[in-house]
Amino acid sequence: MSEADTLLYLDGVTVTFDGFRALNALSLVLEAGEMRAVIGPNGAGKTTMMDVITGKTRPDSGKVVFGSATDLTRLDEPAIAALGIGRKFQKPTVFEPHTVWDNLLLALAGDRRPRFSLWARETGEERSRIEAILETVRLTDQRGRLGGDLSHGQKQWLEIGMLLAQEPQLLLVDEPVAGMTDAETEQTAELLREINKTRSVVVVEHDMAFVRALGVKVTVLHEGSVLSEGSIDHVSEDPKVVEVYLGR
Amino acid sequence: MTLDRSTVLTLLAVLGGASILAILNQATASGSALHVPTYVIALAGKYLCFAMLALAVDLVWGFGGILSLGHAAFFALGGYAMGMYLMRQIGTRGVYGNPMLPDFMVFLGWKELPWYWFGFEWFPFAMLMVVLVPAVLALVFGWLAFRSRVTGVYLSIITQALTYALLLAFFRNDMGFGGNNGLTDFKDILGFSVQADSTRSALLVISALFLCAQFLMARFVIRSRFGKVLIAVRDTETRTRFLGYRPEAYKLVVWVLSAAMAGIGGALYVPQVGIINPGEFSPGNSIEAVIWVAVGGRGTLVGAILGAVLVNFGKTWFTGALPELWLYALGALFIFVTLFMPKGVMGLFAKRMGKRESSAAPGPATGRAVG
Amino acid sequence: MSRILAAVLLIVLALAPVSARAQQADEALAAMGAPGFDSLRRGVEQLALSGHPRAAAIIGALQNGRLFARADRALFIKTDADDFVEAATGAPSDVQAGAVKPVRLNNSVRGAIDAALGSLRLFAPDAATRALAAEAVFKSRDPAALPALERALAGEKDSAVKRRMEQARAAALLFSAEANDADRIAAIAELRTRGDMDVRGLLATLTAQSPAVADAIGSAIVAIDRSLQLWSVAQSVFYGLSLGSVLLLAAAGLAITFGVMGVINMAHGEMVMIGAYVTFVVQQFMKVHTPGLYQANLLFAIPLAFLVAGAIGVAIERSLIRWLYGRPLETLLATWGLSLVLQQAVRSLFGANNRDVDTPSWMSGSSDLGGIVLTWNRVYIIVFAVLVLAALMAVLRFTSLGLRMRAVTQNRRMAAAMGIRTPWIDALTFGLGSGVAGMAGVALSQIDNVSPNLGQSYIIDSFMVVVFGGVGNLWGTTLGALTLGIVNKFLEPVAGAVLGKIVVLVLLIMFIQRRPRGMFPLKGRAVEA
Repeated sequence: MSEADTLLYLDGVTVTFDGFRALNALSLVLEAGEMRAVIGPNGAGKTTMMDVITGKTRPDSGKVVFGSATDLTRLDEPAIAALGIGRKFQKPTVFEPHTVWDNLLLALAGDRRPRFSLWARETGEERSRIEAILETVRLTDQRGRLGGDLSHGQKQWLEIGMLLAQEPQLLLVDEPVAGMTDAETEQTAELLREINKTRSVVVVEHDMAFVRALGVKVTVLHEGSVLSEGSIDHVSEDPKVVEVYLGR
Repeated sequence: MTLDRSTVLTLLAVLGGASILAILNQATASGSALHVPTYVIALAGKYLCFAMLALAVDLVWGFGGILSLGHAAFFALGGYAMGMYLMRQIGTRGVYGNPMLPDFMVFLGWKELPWYWFGFEWFPFAMLMVVLVPAVLALVFGWLAFRSRVTGVYLSIITQALTYALLLAFFRNDMGFGGNNGLTDFKDILGFSVQADSTRSALLVISALFLCAQFLMARFVIRSRFGKVLIAVRDTETRTRFLGYRPEAYKLVVWVLSAAMAGIGGALYVPQVGIINPGEFSPGNSIEAVIWVAVGGRGTLVGAILGAVLVNFGKTWFTGALPELWLYALGALFIFVTLFMPKGVMGLFAKRMGKRESSAAPGPATGRAVG
Repeated sequence: MSRILAAVLLIVLALAPVSARAQQADEALAAMGAPGFDSLRRGVEQLALSGHPRAAAIIGALQNGRLFARADRALFIKTDADDFVEAATGAPSDVQAGAVKPVRLNNSVRGAIDAALGSLRLFAPDAATRALAAEAVFKSRDPAALPALERALAGEKDSAVKRRMEQARAAALLFSAEANDADRIAAIAELRTRGDMDVRGLLATLTAQSPAVADAIGSAIVAIDRSLQLWSVAQSVFYGLSLGSVLLLAAAGLAITFGVMGVINMAHGEMVMIGAYVTFVVQQFMKVHTPGLYQANLLFAIPLAFLVAGAIGVAIERSLIRWLYGRPLETLLATWGLSLVLQQAVRSLFGANNRDVDTPSWMSGSSDLGGIVLTWNRVYIIVFAVLVLAALMAVLRFTSLGLRMRAVTQNRRMAAAMGIRTPWIDALTFGLGSGVAGMAGVALSQIDNVSPNLGQSYIIDSFMVVVFGGVGNLWGTTLGALTLGIVNKFLEPVAGAVLGKIVVLVLLIMFIQRRPRGMFPLKGRAVEA
């Protein structure tokens, strides 16, 4: 593995809340173009890891390097988003008072400053990009509906669509299939594989069947650091993992 | 910009109503059945100025989610800027006949005009200050507050503290703004007597024009992509941040704009009521302005105007007929509206007309998305 | 009778031989009976120094125009019953009104009488009177009082009074022409130990002294200024603590409703106001029905105010607040409306004017501690604030109600699953916060105007205290209140009361912007969620 292939590199990241170590010298390397599944029991630090990468939480120590040399710990959320890191929340978070179309319009990569958005007019190029994303996330028919009126699964897809509209290099996806039907879960796995053709993806998930369906390298977190890493079969046979999940 | 029906209706009601009142006041004899007395003209003008304040509050609260409990401070600052112009117009007609100093300064034994009073005899400068002073205060305050992510009730409480601090400050005689009594005894504005019926009618129509202009501007802002981001910030601030938007920048722009709008409202208010004093800064005033918006319908611009006019009309009626009961009524209104009418009067209209309740997303965005 | 005994005792204690002094008194009385104002004045002065047991009575009678002289120079005092008694003995006399003439006064005699009575009070049986007399000499700095002072000092047993007398002697000595430099420097050293504003003023008026004395005066003034400054800092700290404890009382209830429950209760100030009116009603009731217990009215008012405000709080929570959980901005508006209604209701019931609430005698007055003045009502409020805070903490920490409250605020659903009736805990928590506000009202009724607007003036300050201290943290609230109180009182002399308040508000606004979660923020994931 060469330096140039590394997209994201977490080096000894530690985060404490009132003495509780949410992340404990966590180190993790993600290659460009890779899809990675992150699993772990409750409180293992999965969401905190996402918070650190996206700038929501500042680590007490450690580095988070994106691309060749950008230290993410010095940047805030909008700056990190502008670098090309998109994040999907555990609970689907879309703009409920806006239509599906407007949700995607606001997410499209472009000038984010007020002085631009005050005068901005929708361009033909923007329209065709939105059409394309609607196609990808299967929401073409729902374009005029309000975000708040969508079903749970549709919201999840809209949020993924918004991530795509951001045109990020790296997508962080937190429990994308929680609360979905089996059919929706299957479609989501397909969607993520499709996205992974052009972008790197980190998926945090509880659903083992889904992780198996993705068929990618898996990282197991426990008490804020990496417990095991490898294929799904490899980690599920790892005695340490078995012990954590099933107890002694 | 295409205008929908409710916008046209609003503009017609405000401008038409003000014009008719003004014409009936000017063109009919005072004995005539159609005559509108001058005090009604002054009252209507006051309502329209309050409507501007309500519009300003609605812009930040209804669309930006910033509950300001200090917006009357911006209104009062605009009012003081106008008041300072009017004081300088009195000239030698004051009680002490001092050509430079307003009466209260002569009374305090001041020898010369404080530096911050210079230029206010000049109308364009005073009007610039009407907008600039509230805007700059809002810029400094907002920049500090939004950058450090002070939100929700914390922000509300410090806006309240802001207006409270200004209240205390303007009560002081040595501030040079007339202390307790404020600025009053105005004589004329741009050469027209402020007492004259014709001036009052003109001021009413001018207030209506400014209200319409502010309404259209606010409408433009919230229907732009900026407005969509603002609404997104209001409901899901973190999401916008992870999309790469800087919520603080959006809030700051709308906050400053709103402060300037309130300032203009205050400036038009002062010549019509004939006085500006520190009482305008009292925290209760700001909170009352919020309830106008809540009554009319938070997140709808028409609702803000409607609420301001309705509540103030009620106040005029109550304080005339049943002064004892006014505070009960106002208090009950606060409770009733928050508990039972979260979308205000406009919400009732929307329900009645069988339309989708979309106070949160003003404007038919659907049409554009399809087209 | 006791007066005579005391006077006898004084004579015994006096060093001069009794017989010589008796002779002096006889001469004095004779001089007073003789014609001529000069003779009368000398007589008064001599009598005052003689230690005669009836000196005060005789000179007092002279002052009141009740002293009469017979042609043979014998003196009589006219009693209230228009009888005459012998001046020297107090024995009844059968002298007729026509046989005596009143002794008349002029200004120089009047001066001598004042001085004489002043020094005579130095021997009064009551220590407080003696101290006052010494203080009067200190203020007048009259060297003529020196002999009397010396004698009084010799017999003085009370050490505090003795100190006063020594100070008075030092002051008089400094203004006496006869004193030498060594005496003066000793006197300055004596006064320096007292070191208050009066001494500073006294020393500053001493001019045209020899270099050595002038030096001593200069250094004494510098030292006094320094200690005065320290005392004024201490006084400011006391005022600050006092204001801080008022803020703490007003904010303690809010620390529960806002800090622990997260409810923005804009009607909190009205709970305080209601507490103050409860005090008023209790006083009115007790004045009529139980006047014997009137001095203890606050002890009845405190629990009653807690119960009344607490009950209103529970009612508010059940009828209004509970529909608005999770909607802080709406809660704010609705409770503001409620505050308007409550104010107007009190206005309708009690009128818009200020109501008089008495301060019990055991709470009025003040005492000096070194160079600071401690007003008793302020001291009691500080003590009360500490007690309320301690009680509140004890309730939260040690009672089962407190345990449930903490459980509900930390994890509502889990608490409900454990069988805690969360709605009732909400209501009781809110009632507790409101009740504490009511008790604060009792305290505030002692130092502020009791009017329907009472609460309005505290609501912004209270919120500032809670936010400044860090929401959900009683210690933070305490520290926040005390800090704000002390900062306010230190800014006041520099910037004036109003400007000081503005500066504090501006500083607070800036502080909140730097530390949006206050001095002691809660940390961790719970806050983020």
